[in-house]
Amino acid sequence: MFPWLSEAIFIGVLRGLAVVSGVVALLILLFLLQEALPFLQQIGFARFFQDASWHPVSQEYNLLPMLWGTLFVTVGSVLLATPLGILSAVFCQYYAPPAIAQVYRRLIELLAGIPSVVYGFWGLVVLVPLIGQLHPPGPSLLAGILILSVMILPTVALVADASFSNVPPDYLRGAAALGLGRWATVRSVVMPAAKAGLLAGVMLETGRAIGETMAVLMVCGNVVQVPDSLFAPMRTLTANIALEVAYAVGDHRAALFVSGLVLMGLIVVLVAIAEVIQQGKIYD
Amino acid sequence: MTLLIWSVACLVVGVLLWLLGDLIWHGIGQLSWAFLTTAPQKAGRAGGIAPILVSTALIVGVCLATAIPLGVGTAVLLVEFSPQRGLFGRLVRLSLDVLAGVPSIVFGLFGNAFFSKTLGLGFSILAGGLTLACMVLPILIRSTQEGLRAVPDDYRRSAAALGLSRTAALWVLLLPAAMPGLAVGILLGLGRAIAETAALIFTSGYVDRMPDSLLDSGRALSVHIFDLAMNISGGEANAYASALLLAIGLMVINAIISGLAHWFRGSRIQVI
Amino acid sequence: MQQYPASLTVPHLSTVQTQNLTLHYGNKTAFKEITLTLEPGKITALIGPSGCGKTSFLNCLNRLVELTPNATVSGRILLEDQDIRAINVIKLRRRVGMLFQKPNPFPLSIQKNLEFPLRHHGIKSQDRINHIIEDSFQQVGLWEEVKDRLKMPALSLSGGQQQRLCLARALALEPEILLMDEPCSALDPISSEIIEDLLLHLRGRYTLLVVTHNLAQAKRIADHTALFWVQEGAGALVEAGTTTQLFETPQHSLTRAYITGRKG
Repeated sequence: MFPWLSEAIFIGVLRGLAVVSGVVALLILLFLLQEALPFLQQIGFARFFQDASWHPVSQEYNLLPMLWGTLFVTVGSVLLATPLGILSAVFCQYYAPPAIAQVYRRLIELLAGIPSVVYGFWGLVVLVPLIGQLHPPGPSLLAGILILSVMILPTVALVADASFSNVPPDYLRGAAALGLGRWATVRSVVMPAAKAGLLAGVMLETGRAIGETMAVLMVCGNVVQVPDSLFAPMRTLTANIALEVAYAVGDHRAALFVSGLVLMGLIVVLVAIAEVIQQGKIYD
Repeated sequence: MTLLIWSVACLVVGVLLWLLGDLIWHGIGQLSWAFLTTAPQKAGRAGGIAPILVSTALIVGVCLATAIPLGVGTAVLLVEFSPQRGLFGRLVRLSLDVLAGVPSIVFGLFGNAFFSKTLGLGFSILAGGLTLACMVLPILIRSTQEGLRAVPDDYRRSAAALGLSRTAALWVLLLPAAMPGLAVGILLGLGRAIAETAALIFTSGYVDRMPDSLLDSGRALSVHIFDLAMNISGGEANAYASALLLAIGLMVINAIISGLAHWFRGSRIQVI
Repeated sequence: MQQYPASLTVPHLSTVQTQNLTLHYGNKTAFKEITLTLEPGKITALIGPSGCGKTSFLNCLNRLVELTPNATVSGRILLEDQDIRAINVIKLRRRVGMLFQKPNPFPLSIQKNLEFPLRHHGIKSQDRINHIIEDSFQQVGLWEEVKDRLKMPALSLSGGQQQRLCLARALALEPEILLMDEPCSALDPISSEIIEDLLLHLRGRYTLLVVTHNLAQAKRIADHTALFWVQEGAGALVEAGTTTQLFETPQHSLTRAYITGRKG
């Protein structure tokens, strides 16, 4: 095909490209560390948890309010979206007539394809005023949980749908032969058989919830405080970075890169857990 | 239980319809040819989004122009030219797994530190596009790998038996046969790039003028929606129109992807 | 029997010898210490039960086995007294053609299936390429069937036609040796008969090695026959000789048992 391009040169070029691709992850870590590490060494990790508050202008770098914020929003939305998503998949696989199931799947995929800034915008102009009528001010932990739930629901639903369809049909026939009803079959046969897949789906949605920036930034109100109720405004780690990097300089900027590292750490832990679950699936 | 499950389904459909209905209801009136072809006025409250569309296209263009050769090259090397258990391949795979999990805001931090600051690109379309390229790379590589793995091994063996070099087999047989996977990957990457906001805010920036070069700052459509919604009072109407446009664009891309996927499963026979 | 026109080129008749050839896949031995000679211009049939290393043996002769990870070969293979490891692998595979069990045309047009390997091997002139293509299709009796549809996808042909196309594709490269791995087993009886006829027609012009499960087929077409058997967990050569010898006066008890259908 290309006589002048001998195989060795071609593979050399491919190797070069692969090295660049492989190095990107390393570069990201390197640059986060480069920006964060000197500052971290200078003031120590403890100050990010013990300072009076997050107030970079007066050298106060407490990340706890944002960590709690991320935790609350994530846990809340995962608790809400997981049952809804799994039941959606159950609906598709075992309850809906095939034509409806097909349409429903398309709709879920549609939901998955809407960009986060559009969710955020919709939350801001529709959901936040509604919550504000219920209990002022409106921008709140609840708004964040609701909007994130809608965003991560398709992730669980699609993963659960895929793992249900991998359940051997023999199991279902076996359950039917025992005279089990539809829901009994799903609960006692399908769910245990698809457990690993469902757990992987939960990990995936959790990762998405932790990493999500725009939607929570737009609906949560961004007040630096540990929310004391569902209706209190709050700020997540990601929103904190998005809000402040553009103008942050010096130590302030470094502190934001520290929170980026924390975020990376959370994701790595999640990936590791998912990996362990996947391993378990292989030995099942 | 049946009732509960049906009501969950109705709830999900209801939320989706509410969201889409709201976007269409408020956005469709603003969408017009003039909106697409004129510059924004009064910080975006009035006027159109022409420069924003151009910036978006340029950012996505830079992203794909960088990510496609890198991604396809890496995937070809991993699938066709490196042993499954080799150290080099394993390292690249591991680092791509990590990359796939990194939140977009962290890509933004990295892009700001590396492209904008260290490489001196500043807030520019180039910096934004390159940041997005890092982000879509794992998606592209994975789809291309799947496309190549779907090509039957018979092709490789019979090509080898005819004394063809692996490079020749790659160009004439394997890449064309892996094309659907490649196309799906490119579209997935395109969708991800168009939808992205957080990684762009502090890499490509906010400037809503028509860009003169790739080194100019340019505002992506998603950033425009964010800015109008959060920072500009009275920007809602145009934000609605822009959000509707973005949502439609992504739906079209997703529809093409699922169409391609179906077509791909339906027939593997292609003539070149 | 259909008459096939003779090829315009007279290929060179070569011989292949294996000496103590042993193949391992990791810790597993596929076959060991096989010493066998393929007579020039003759058809040699390789028979034996499944899993006794016949296909693996074939794959060694054109070094296709090198595509399999952790395959290690020891012993020697001589093509015209030259060790095949000393021959450039691409040149070797051009001299030693192969036909697979399942027809495997490329997903290209009928013409491209032959043209692309020819071009790759440095034949530039379109006239010459067209000439070789026609000649190769003539040799396998496919020319009349495909001459008006050369631009059609090769996968639109029937299974038997596809297998003949693959044979034509191998012949187009003017090999000296042709290796065939159960070339009829995936075909219907009529297509299978056509291929068998073709093999007889190719006798005397190529050195052929045919793996087959079909004893009657081996009897019908082969000049020489070799029986492989699994012994101590690895394939081994039990007996080899002229087909008449092997089937009428078998020397080994396993051969007797196998050809009378008592074993295998």
